[in-house]
Amino acid sequence: MEENNNNFEPRIIAFVCNWCTYAGADLTGTSRIKYATNVEIVRFPCTGRIDFMLLLKAFAGGADGIIISGCHPNDCHYTSGNFHARRRWMVFRDMLDFMGIDIERIRWSWVSAAEGAKWADVVNDTVNKIREMGPYTEYKKAAKFLEEEKICHE
Amino acid sequence: MSKLSEKTAALLSEGTVKLIIGYEQGTEHPRPAFCHTPEDCERLIFNDECKNNLGVYLTKKEIIGEDKIAVVGNYFVIKTVIQLNRENQINLDNLVLMTVDGDEVVTFSSIDEMQQYVDTHEPAPNEKVLAAIEKIDKMSREERWAYWKNALSTCVRCYACRAACPLCYCNRCIVEDNCPQWIEPWSAPLSNMEWQINRIMHMSGRCVGCGECAAACPLDLPIGILTKKMGIDIKQTFGGWKDGSVLSTYSIDDKENFIK
Repeated sequence: MEENNNNFEPRIIAFVCNWCTYAGADLTGTSRIKYATNVEIVRFPCTGRIDFMLLLKAFAGGADGIIISGCHPNDCHYTSGNFHARRRWMVFRDMLDFMGIDIERIRWSWVSAAEGAKWADVVNDTVNKIREMGPYTEYKKAAKFLEEEKICHE
Repeated sequence: MSKLSEKTAALLSEGTVKLIIGYEQGTEHPRPAFCHTPEDCERLIFNDECKNNLGVYLTKKEIIGEDKIAVVGNYFVIKTVIQLNRENQINLDNLVLMTVDGDEVVTFSSIDEMQQYVDTHEPAPNEKVLAAIEKIDKMSREERWAYWKNALSTCVRCYACRAACPLCYCNRCIVEDNCPQWIEPWSAPLSNMEWQINRIMHMSGRCVGCGECAAACPLDLPIGILTKKMGIDIKQTFGGWKDGSVLSTYSIDDKENFIK
């Protein structure tokens, strides 16, 4: 699988909620389950706190894929944070797709504090998928446009 | 003297209101008119060419002051007033909302009346915008990305789209936030796109669809397509969502086929 992409190792940013997925990821570690190391976890108080701009910033900053995960519906520590977040993502996904941003690179998931094995699966799955898709160059190119322009003129 | 001028002049001379915002004939198109005296009201006109969304002034105290005012608006102004009222941005006691329906001057006395008018007088959708949306929908993802990157690349970030929008009323906009700097303030491919994404996301479910953002754009960027598309998507996803606040509420039954 690495033949096409010169040993491309995807960089994945995971935005997770403190109460479920972060604890779930912790469980993955304490259960000694091995999973891909390409993921960088960013902990949030709730999925409702995950601003859509953070996703765009992650892509601009060099992420090839994004995982967003939190408590299952009805399990939110703040009762309704994940419901609000879900609704925001529904709208956001439609718009990203219309603007041609690759929503296949964003993985949404619910991982509870007890689902350590599921977290490993989610990460491995995403890493494999992004590895096949290759680096997200078009977005990075847009983000670095001005820097590269300067080099051209010099 | 037209019925509209008579009625509005009467409001001013009675002292019911201190200011009337309506439309007057401009050089090419009708433009917003501010009438402070009964004589000013003679300039007021109303026809299908009156497109400006006068709702944009309703949240600007420096323009309308604290006194009671009257607005002679089109369909979208009425829709805007309903939405602004829902968001607690205006005081209906200080506002006389009027429109012209055929030959009649209609004065609304309650939100229910406005809602009824809005429900029964929906204008025909803009075929050009719908055709453009269809065209973009048919493209592949890469083509869509290239299209928008190219289309928004000439944006000079004048924020006319923001200024013309009656629902963009934040005192401090996200583009003026620099700690953290969410969106780069200069014109660049990504920040131009990020600005539009933010604008659309903040408008989602609230946009009244007047198209003033696109009309105000000095570069004629196709940004009206984005707000329209967002409106269509929300209608499809959430059905005929009436109360306007799609993102400030939720339903336990929302679809989650994308969450695995």
